[in-house]
Parts: sequence; C-alpha cells; structure tokens
Amino acid sequence: MTLTLGLPSKGRLMADTIAWFAARGIAIAQAGAEREYRAEAAGLPGLEVVMLSAGEVPRELAAGRIHLGVTGEDLIRERVPQAGLESLAQMGFGKANLVIAVPAFWIDVETMSDLDAACADFRETHGTALRIATKYHVLTRSFFREHGIADYRLVDSQGATEASPANRTAEAISDITTTGATLRANHLRVLEDGEILKSQANLWHSPSAPWSEPAERTLAELRARLDQS
Amino acid sequence: MIRPLLTEDALAEIEGMLATLAGIFSDAGYAPVEPAHLFPAETLLELYGEDVRSRAFLFNDPEQGGELCLRPDFTVPVALAHGDGGWERARGYAYHGPVFRRQESGSKRAVEYVQAGLEDFGAEDRAAADAHVFALTLHGLDALSAPGQHVTTGDLSIIFGLLDALDLPEHRAGPLRRHLWRPKRFQRLIQRFSSPAEAPSASRSGLLKAVREGRVAELAMAAGEPVGRRALAEVTARAERLAATQAEAPMPGEQAELISAVLAVKAPMGEALEQLRGIAAAAGVALAPVLDRFEARMAAMVTRGLAPENLNFEAGFGRNLEYYDGFVFEVLAKEGTDHPPLAGGGRYDSITARLGAARPIPAVGAMIRPEAVQAAIRGRA
Repeated sequence: MTLTLGLPSKGRLMADTIAWFAARGIAIAQAGAEREYRAEAAGLPGLEVVMLSAGEVPRELAAGRIHLGVTGEDLIRERVPQAGLESLAQMGFGKANLVIAVPAFWIDVETMSDLDAACADFRETHGTALRIATKYHVLTRSFFREHGIADYRLVDSQGATEASPANRTAEAISDITTTGATLRANHLRVLEDGEILKSQANLWHSPSAPWSEPAERTLAELRARLDQS
Repeated sequence: MIRPLLTEDALAEIEGMLATLAGIFSDAGYAPVEPAHLFPAETLLELYGEDVRSRAFLFNDPEQGGELCLRPDFTVPVALAHGDGGWERARGYAYHGPVFRRQESGSKRAVEYVQAGLEDFGAEDRAAADAHVFALTLHGLDALSAPGQHVTTGDLSIIFGLLDALDLPEHRAGPLRRHLWRPKRFQRLIQRFSSPAEAPSASRSGLLKAVREGRVAELAMAAGEPVGRRALAEVTARAERLAATQAEAPMPGEQAELISAVLAVKAPMGEALEQLRGIAAAAGVALAPVLDRFEARMAAMVTRGLAPENLNFEAGFGRNLEYYDGFVFEVLAKEGTDHPPLAGGGRYDSITARLGAARPIPAVGAMIRPEAVQAAIRGRA
C-alpha cells in the first residue's frame, strides 16, 4: 500500500511545497489535465500525492485518510488539536503569526493585562462584553484563558477580520499577520504580549492513517531524504 | 465517553433513586419543575464568557435566531424559570434529569449524566436556607445508601467580606473580586499589587506624561484613527486612572499575608471559625458579619440534625465550582478520588442579578448524581 501525502493545491503554498520537496529529491508534477488534482512523485516509489485545499488537509490527517500532509501549524492547532498529529518538519515557508490586535489609538492598552482591565471597563460603560473577531476560536479562547481573561465574546469572522473594529462588528481582533502591513492599514496594533502562535507550513504525520509495512518503509525512506538535506 | 451503557437493573436502580429523592424534596416543600433540555446560549455566554464553550455544548440554530445550549446544569434554567414568574417570590424547586458537559479529550467522564437537585430562592434567612439545602442533600445521600460521603465545605463570602473590609482601592479590589474563581490569577494579582510598581515602559511613561500635560487625546489620535465602539473618552478615562494609580503605594505586606492566612484556613468547621475570628481580631479587620453568619449557619445545621463542628471546612474551597459566592460544599465517595462527586452545591446570590433580578436575591441550591452514587455502591468509585 502506498503512503498518501496531501499537499496544498493552490498558490504560493503549493509552489513553496513543491520546491521544498524538489530540493530533497522528490519531484512532484500534476498528472493529466490542468484541473486534475492528483500528482505523482518521482524519486520516491510508494509515495502517492493528492492535492487538497490547505483547509482540507487537517481534516484528512485527523481522519487518517492521508498518511502525511502539508499545512500551517495554525490550522492544525485550531481545527484538530486532539488528533495527536506529529510534525516531521518545519518547512520554513508559509510563515504567519496569530496575534491579538487592538485599535492603535487605544494607547492605554499595551498588554493582555491592560486588555483585561479594558474589558471590565467596557462592560461597565456599554453593558455588554468587549468583542474579539476571529476565525481562530479554539486558539484565541485558550490564549485568553491562559491570561485569565474571561469577560469577552468572540465574534466569528471568516474574512477581512481587520475591518471588524471599523465595521463595529467587534472591538478588537485575533488574526493571522505576516508583515503587519494590513493591520497598520486598518489602524490596528499588536499587543506586546499578544502573539498567540508563530505558524509556518509543517509536514504532518497522522497516527491514525493505515500504516502498513510498505507505507512505513516509504516513510523511513522519506525521513532519510529529509535528514540528509 | 457519552454515557456508560446501563443494564436494565442498573437503570431501574437509578429510576428508584430519582423517585426516592423526588419524594424527599417534595416532602420538604420543593415543587417539581421541568425546564427544557435546550435554552438560549446567550445567557450562559453573558454569565460565564467564552470559557463556557469548553464546558457546555453550544450550537448554532439559525431558525431560533442564535445559539442554543444543552443545559450543563439546572441552575440557570431553573433560575430563569423562577425569574419569569417574578424574582421577588420565595420559592423552592426540585428537578431531575440529564445534563450535558464537555469533557477533556480522552477523559473517561460521561458527557451526559443525571442530576437530581433543588434550588431555593428568596429565603431571607440565608444561614437557615444554606443549612436546609445542605441537610436535605446529605439526607438524600443517606436515603440512597451512598457510601463514604467525604464532605468538604467552604464559604466564599468570607474572602469577599475580607476584600470589602480591607477597603482596597477599586482598581485592586475589582480585579481581585473578578478573579477570585481563578486562583492562579488571583495569586499573581496579589503579588503584583504587593510589589513596588515596576518602572513603566517607555510607551507607558509617554502616556503618563501625556496625562500630566492634558494631551492624551492628541497622543491617541496620533497613534491611530479612532475606529470601533470603544471611544476616545474611554481611552482617556483609563489613562487618567492609570496615572492616578501609578503613584500609589503597593499593597501593604500585612494585607497580602492576611489574605493568604484567611485562604489557608483548613480545619473542622468549629475550629475554623475560631481561627478566622482570631485572624480577624489580630488584624483588626471587620469580618464579624460574615463570621456571624457562619456561626448562624452552624447553629441551623445543628437544628437540622447535623454535627457541623466536625465537618471539614476550607476557606479556599469552592473557587473552581462555578460561580458560587457564599456557602459551598461537595461530597465525594472517598477523599482524594478523582471520580465525579456524589453531590455538591452552594449559594449564588450575585448571579440572580446578572440573570435579570433587579437586585441580587437569596439563591442557594444543590444536586446529587445518582449514577455516581450507584458507582460508589458497586465499588467503582
């Protein structure tokens, strides 16, 4: 039985992933017509590649339908934290940080501790909890719990999260940032201790996938190639 | 696990236990009530914050116009039902049925289990009501032949009373009261308040200077466009408070020690009361009202046939048990077990105001877990 590797099927992430494997002697090319999402990996017999959206990879890994997968650590920790997935390699691209950002003009709020006080004041002034817009509910709640902040509400935001304060759908945000340019453009600032996660693309291993002997052998060969580079 | 599969006779045994408890509660004047299994999640979210999502099952129902919640306990649904009929009435309710709790992944604890309990609203003699609910719970456990019955009691009104009596500035008292149920955070706050103020960061110094020079609004606008609901006036107000508290002396060491000393009290009830009176007298702190109620509660327990001098009391107990703010207790099958408790309960007056009462009304309740009792009897606890 082959070892199935799930890869991101679009954009920069796909290009960086293919380059990463190529540098380690594994050539990946799309098979068949343009829209056919299957690829063959030359240089490592027994490895079958499937192209998935970055968001599908965590689910497929957790369900054990793929043996290995490439996706950001943020998605794994957010969507399938209980799946016991192991990272075989930090791939050095797809870097982005999950951060808590507040309107920059809140010059009285620099830290999570300040935010806690602001949450209490906000409730007194407005009668409701201060809202944080995010699509990273699990990671954000866990971070707030670590910092002992309870009096807030999460508002789901699947896109353009940085616009939430301006839209008045939330007062602050928890979002992925790379250069910080988008945050600044939206008049937001990251809290000093507001970094939840430094994320990048990882090669993940699914313990619940069907690890036959041939699949294990292919994995061993793959690991040997990774160690060599 | 969702819930253990019960054999027919185990199920019959649980039904029998529920009937026994229903009889005991009814004889004591608690009217049966059957709130729905589902209710709007908004109430719990407002009460407990986002954390409730890790404890309860919430899900979206666009048809209902918002999130619904499977009841993690009966307290809020019963309280809301009571409030619907008028908060200011004195009423007691008994209930039984399943509740639904999220567990940590890999936990062996059931996600769905049965509770039988009661909630008592509006009884102005709080000490008597505490004793009554507590005695009924123990009586119920005895009627079910629950073995072991290791009891721990607490009284969170003592630490709240201490915080009031110390007359701390609000910017310290507020966070301490808010974080009482998070012991680690509470401790860190005490440490921070007791330590000399750290030299402010460069940006914080800039802010404090701006306050002194009346330039906060200017500095804020320079930092960014005012976006969002939190207004510039709120930023300015907080900045001014920060400046005012910056110059304040740290919390005196004796106050921090006093708080620790009170939280550390752990003794049989009678002895604990003596220790607390002694600590309060030595520190010259007015704890008489809460301690007098403690004593009245003990007397009421005696009236109910209990021997409170021997009951375990821990001043720091109950800080992880939901949002109790007064008398609190838990009964385990045996000391130190990590099996679920056989029973537990406590007073939660302040929650009633957050649920809609015009002012906090007396509210105390307790519940028994028949399945835990059954497991204990069968030697599995």
